[in-house]
Amino acid sequence: MTTMREIEAWSVTQIAERVASGDVSAEQVTDVFLGAAARRETALRAFLYLDRDRVIDQARAIDLARRAGRPCGPLCGVPVAVKDALCTRDIPTSCASRILHRAGRAWLPPYDATAVERLRGAGAVVFGKTNLDEFAMGSSTENSAFHPTHNPWALDRVPGGSSGGSAVAVAARMVPGALGSDTGGSIRQPAALTHTVGIKPTYGRVSRFGLVAFASSLDQVGPFANDVRGAARILEVIAGRDPRDATTADTPVGPIEGACGQDVRGMRVGIPDEYFGEGIDGDVARRVREAIDALRDAGCIIVPVSLPHTRFAIATYYVIATAEASSNLARFDGVRFGFRSTPERGDLTAMYGSTRAKGFGVEVRRRIMLGTYVLSAGYYEAYYLKAQRVRTLIRRDFEQAFRNVDVIVTPTSPTPAWKLGEKLDDPLAMYLADVFTLPASLAGVPAISLPAGFTSATAQRPMLPVGLQIIAPPFAESNLCRVAAAWEARNPARNALPPIVAEP
Amino acid sequence: MTSQAITRDQVLHVARLARLSLDDPDIDRMTQELGAILRYVEVLAEVDTSSVEPTAQVGVSRLPLREDVRVDGLPRDVVLGEAASTSHDGFAVPAFIDE
Repeated sequence: MTTMREIEAWSVTQIAERVASGDVSAEQVTDVFLGAAARRETALRAFLYLDRDRVIDQARAIDLARRAGRPCGPLCGVPVAVKDALCTRDIPTSCASRILHRAGRAWLPPYDATAVERLRGAGAVVFGKTNLDEFAMGSSTENSAFHPTHNPWALDRVPGGSSGGSAVAVAARMVPGALGSDTGGSIRQPAALTHTVGIKPTYGRVSRFGLVAFASSLDQVGPFANDVRGAARILEVIAGRDPRDATTADTPVGPIEGACGQDVRGMRVGIPDEYFGEGIDGDVARRVREAIDALRDAGCIIVPVSLPHTRFAIATYYVIATAEASSNLARFDGVRFGFRSTPERGDLTAMYGSTRAKGFGVEVRRRIMLGTYVLSAGYYEAYYLKAQRVRTLIRRDFEQAFRNVDVIVTPTSPTPAWKLGEKLDDPLAMYLADVFTLPASLAGVPAISLPAGFTSATAQRPMLPVGLQIIAPPFAESNLCRVAAAWEARNPARNALPPIVAEP
Repeated sequence: MTSQAITRDQVLHVARLARLSLDDPDIDRMTQELGAILRYVEVLAEVDTSSVEPTAQVGVSRLPLREDVRVDGLPRDVVLGEAASTSHDGFAVPAFIDE
């Protein structure tokens, strides 16, 4: 007899194999995770939408099909939570914004995002919609229009963002896997702050069809999971060319999961000095150095590399991403869906202005303003075009480094999770938190964050998760997973559980 | 640049371009916050980019073409189903032309 606790601890791949073989039913599995969510969600608030009946119905359908002898996919019976920035057919989708709310409910998309459609096709159970910073704009999930999400390792701290809900759902064992989106670190940074695995795939690897657009030259959909292999499997399912997203590449997918467990002897691992300088927390640097030492012991060749334009990444990103966002978010105008505000005797222009001012939260308004400004006549050259030129240099840094190494290893975030509210009044301080994840986004290269242990508990803070970032050349997700799995197998803290899970 | 990276008037102009009806306190706060962010962004001026091409998108060298075949869109009632106001099989908006 398998206990509830055992099932909760299973990985994505363990669940898929056991449901496919008939060891357990998809319904039993979802029952366990629904129970976990029922017990922990009040304290964590990871979800914006979770409907028990809908989850059970999907699981029963999977069990019926399996018993009828139909083949079940690589995610057979696996509950996967979905960031509420991805469209789910007839399931509320709000992007954590009031502008997608009307008449007391969120927008009901008429279609599934491609990534969601592929999850379903692979036998997964879509487990509900997770909280995020409104329109994925933020690094703490506090910019949600509805409520913040709490870090399961310290309830008074942020889970990171913007995919904080997905990270917490996985970290607190309410699901074994989840989908997020990453524009400047929105999968990797919350993964680091919550002791979970998250992958930002290569730009062009995963279709964005049905992902509410933030910055189109940067956005990627990617997986969270409680181990590297699970994240790799979800990535393989959602990756690949999609005619509905013209930027998806024809490059063959995989084997990505197959790289997990492969020998890493002789692999060249680059360490950039620029990621270990001023502003990095001492414990974070120590944990990352320990992981690098373990990779050396595993046979990797550690090589210093230089990414000299790293310090310009934040400025570059906040010009390019806000410019693209100001253009993408023009579609929210109160006409076709969502919220509308019509001032009395107001004309169409007044309706646009009022709808957008009331419908968007403060950070979204700020970014639309910044983006509109840097694209406006007289400033386009100085800001937008300038940032695009510096982006070229950041991209070249990586191209040059990857001539000599197979992967680059860095910390994911310079600090562990901070306190809720700590950076809310200082937008610039919040932007600086993304310093180590932005460069890979600008270069379009894939990167993973995985647990690297914990900071030591002090009088000021409890022990908090630290994340290790591994960056690879375009479409070399197999390199990422190969090196990540090697460190994961050697990480003494890999199976640590947050207090809310460990204490029954 | 001066400490005044962006003026209140410029912020008002940008709000108009962005179709955001911001109230006075909002405009004041935005002037200050955008100013701080823009001063930070000035760091880009340190980089010599005189001989560097801009990157608009990574890895997309040319847009792929598809077969010129008809693809059905969503049914009209589904498309209109989530709108705040509809009339005559279309989206309804406040009048914007003087009669």
